[in-house]
Amino acid sequence: MATSVIGQTDIAAPAHAASKTGLWSWLTTVDHKRIGILYGASAFIFFLWGGIEALLIRIQLARPENNFLTPDQYNQLFTMHGTTMIFLAVMPLSAMYFNFFVPLQIGARDVVFPRLNAFSFWVFLLGGLFLNSSFLMGAAPNGGWFGYANLSSRQYSPGLNMDFWVLGLQILGIASLAAGVNFFVTILNMRAPGMKLMRMPMFTWATFITQLLVLLSFPVITVALFMLTFDRFVGTSFFSVAGGGDPMLWQHLFWVFGHPEVYILILPSFGIVSEILPVFSRKPLFGYAAMVFATAFIAFLGFGVWSHHMFSTGMGPLADSFFSLATMLIAIPTGVKIFNWIGTMAGGSLQFKTPMLFAIGFVAMFIFGGLSGVMHSSPPADLQQTDSYFVVAHFHYVLFGGSIFALTAGAYYWWPKMFGKMLNETLGKVHFWLMLLSFNITFFPMHLVGLNGQPRRTYWYPKGLGFDLLNLIETIGSLALAVSILVFGVNIIKTWLEDQPEPPADPWGGATLEWTIPSPPDEWNFAKVPQVIARDDVWEKKRLEGAAWTPEGRTDGKGIHLPNPSYWPLVCAIGLTLTFVGLMLSRGPVGPWGIVAGMSLTVLSIFKWAFEPAH
Amino acid sequence: MALRLRASSARLTRWMPMVLLVLLAACGTAEQYPQSTLFPKGDFARMVDGVFRTTLLWATVVFVLVEGALLWVLFRYRGKPNDPLPKQTHGNTTAEIIWTIVPALILAFIAVPTIRTIFRTYEVPKGDALVVEVIGHQWWWEFRYPQYGLVTAGELHVPVGRTVSLRMNTQDVLHSFWVPQFAAKRDVFPNRNTTLWFKTEATGNYPGACAEFCGIQHARMKFRVRSDTPAEFDAFIGTLQASAGATAIPSPVATAAPGGMQTASAGGTVAEDSVAMPAAAPVDPIVAQGKTLFLKKGCIGCHSLDATKTMGMGPNLAGIGSRSYIVAGTLENTDANLALWVSKPQDVKQGALMNVPPISESEAKALVAYLRTHK
Repeated sequence: MATSVIGQTDIAAPAHAASKTGLWSWLTTVDHKRIGILYGASAFIFFLWGGIEALLIRIQLARPENNFLTPDQYNQLFTMHGTTMIFLAVMPLSAMYFNFFVPLQIGARDVVFPRLNAFSFWVFLLGGLFLNSSFLMGAAPNGGWFGYANLSSRQYSPGLNMDFWVLGLQILGIASLAAGVNFFVTILNMRAPGMKLMRMPMFTWATFITQLLVLLSFPVITVALFMLTFDRFVGTSFFSVAGGGDPMLWQHLFWVFGHPEVYILILPSFGIVSEILPVFSRKPLFGYAAMVFATAFIAFLGFGVWSHHMFSTGMGPLADSFFSLATMLIAIPTGVKIFNWIGTMAGGSLQFKTPMLFAIGFVAMFIFGGLSGVMHSSPPADLQQTDSYFVVAHFHYVLFGGSIFALTAGAYYWWPKMFGKMLNETLGKVHFWLMLLSFNITFFPMHLVGLNGQPRRTYWYPKGLGFDLLNLIETIGSLALAVSILVFGVNIIKTWLEDQPEPPADPWGGATLEWTIPSPPDEWNFAKVPQVIARDDVWEKKRLEGAAWTPEGRTDGKGIHLPNPSYWPLVCAIGLTLTFVGLMLSRGPVGPWGIVAGMSLTVLSIFKWAFEPAH
Repeated sequence: MALRLRASSARLTRWMPMVLLVLLAACGTAEQYPQSTLFPKGDFARMVDGVFRTTLLWATVVFVLVEGALLWVLFRYRGKPNDPLPKQTHGNTTAEIIWTIVPALILAFIAVPTIRTIFRTYEVPKGDALVVEVIGHQWWWEFRYPQYGLVTAGELHVPVGRTVSLRMNTQDVLHSFWVPQFAAKRDVFPNRNTTLWFKTEATGNYPGACAEFCGIQHARMKFRVRSDTPAEFDAFIGTLQASAGATAIPSPVATAAPGGMQTASAGGTVAEDSVAMPAAAPVDPIVAQGKTLFLKKGCIGCHSLDATKTMGMGPNLAGIGSRSYIVAGTLENTDANLALWVSKPQDVKQGALMNVPPISESEAKALVAYLRTHK
């Protein structure tokens, strides 16, 4: 059990006197809360950009035989929409929350490796910029977010497009792996005294299991991307038939990563919702232990179902049967989670504040997406559904109706803690109802049009197949969806500009440790490391102490020891990215020098980082 | 529809099909959606549809019950800010066991027909099935009839009521052959054959599509399935057989042997006078001009007019005059469309691998007139 560890021992040294404001303080920060905000801000901008890509796609598809986009522009946009939303929006938005709140929920002063945490963020940001800089060259990736071989080979994708993709994802993978190690170890080792595993808040549990998925699945995509990089740059033939390779190998490797990735995208959202529903039902989470085991079981099964993305490849009846049954099994722990969420609300006193509305929206939409998922766990049925708009509908119900609703719920719930201001409730409710309605207008018709034969990833569809009206409805819905995001933006800006009194430490009556400290928290989080006595610790202490219980007040932080700011994580991330830029240009005269410069910078910064005084 | 439900309660079997009918009615009709998966016209699609309906049925039941429970809870337990703290329950083991076991039982109702059907989807038809080799190309489909030694492209003719056995692969990248009305879909690979089978129940002309993203013109990689009466099918085969020798490039003469295909080289000098006309009738001067252009503009480098030969690069054009669609099933086969396509292929299908030298309007007309004689 974690008790006293690095960064938590109170020794007689002053709180670090580094500058607390200004650009430099953000570039050198190792504070998990600031890194969380950096993740959130960058990811939100990428989310908006991915949304604009989606709108362009929808405008092109509003009418049959439309010429708004060229075929190649369309292919670039749908590839980048998927890649952006998965790697640059939903994953880092989850990272925002687990950066900011996991240390708070476990009663720690920071993560176990603060500089590695900063490094993860900078690598993520530079990787995202690297990937998107392809638009400036008119050569954004155009082979789909799944990059199927052998279309991704140099022979069939000769341009820079897929170079950006393969190298960009590799950079982003480094960020995810570094964060994965960091949070896995943090949750294991940095818990406050008394914070036993089975007392951890559900969001911390979800993050813990998510990081385990990252650690086990990202190495697979890393290897696959290296193989593809070798195929494209060196002329090996892992996936090329002419050289004895097999394009099917790519599909297996990609989905061995890709299916756990789906749970990497949704499990943190499960965690967020499991935090919010009890608070606004004023009643503990129903079946906590079952929820933990269900999450773990989903993650475990997630490694045994990858081939359900490949039912149409003709793997043979035994393989199809195995992967079909394994996939159906996942419905059981997922069902347990849904029933337990409903059980949490049953018997409660439901307070329909904005975070609660989004959390309920999540449950309602996730039920829908989960059930359409069960429908294509059946390979014969999936033979019609795969690669059609039915699948597009399904995963948007899970990723948007699921993840985005939950992440938005988290924003309204945790905003006062992060920024010391409450988001506007009225605008929040407008945001919710508009988003719920327009989300369904956009994505529900995709089920119908998919079952009626519209293939996905097509810039063009002819008149006469009956797709016209449904596609137009989807486009109108997507514009309304954009308006709902705009309402959220207005809410953020309004809240930012207005003067508000500092909200109480605990505006919602929360159960977890982040609500015991001021909003926003001081740099050192906890003036005194908390002693945890129960699951839902705050509620238990309130029950025992009654009115006598008060949250921690502001302190001057004297004598609390914090890690030094450092710019080496940023320099190291720049060196690493430069190496990849050089690799991409390696067929030209500049490239090799880029690799040399980038690697030198990386090695230098690792050296300086290692010998930098940590405190 | 309710075939899979014998084991479940009789009441459920009675009212659920009604719900499904209402749901499916909302999805339209076969005429509105000619490429739909919901109106199967072949045995394979019908079998797959049965599994789909079973899953849809159970998904609908679960959806209604669970969303209903959610809404009821939201209404029943709505609270006011000053309400006293509700009873602090932490769970209920009995309830949790029930809602673990019940979904498992429901899944069994889906799993059993699923597994049974999986094995049927992999069967390879025996007997007098019509064998068709399906070959994907960026961005069109080639169909070979090894039993007849013939090849065609863009339109797959099958005789109604006869089982068709597909053996599929690709010349380049992965594609997926999708003909929703008859046979669902199967991906194609460059290094292995995949299979599919179906038997059509109705005659007609049906659209199909490539379902696996395959590059810039994936969207326009479509095809037609022509489900013919036996007489129509024989006539179609006859047309292709009559095209033998139509592209007599000075090279060894191809013989159309059943089961064997010859790949003629696209190289070699092309002599104008060696192109055999399919008809012995007096030659219209515009057709003669088109024939000359077909050689001079290099069309013949990629396109054979002889269905007994394959020429590697482009679709075989034997019988193109009687096709309903051109450009991989995406453009109606009218004179104007064909003229546009042969002269400005990149305007019609940007990124297509067909590139042509400058062709004037009158030259295009002549080419169309010549191609129209091949039917």
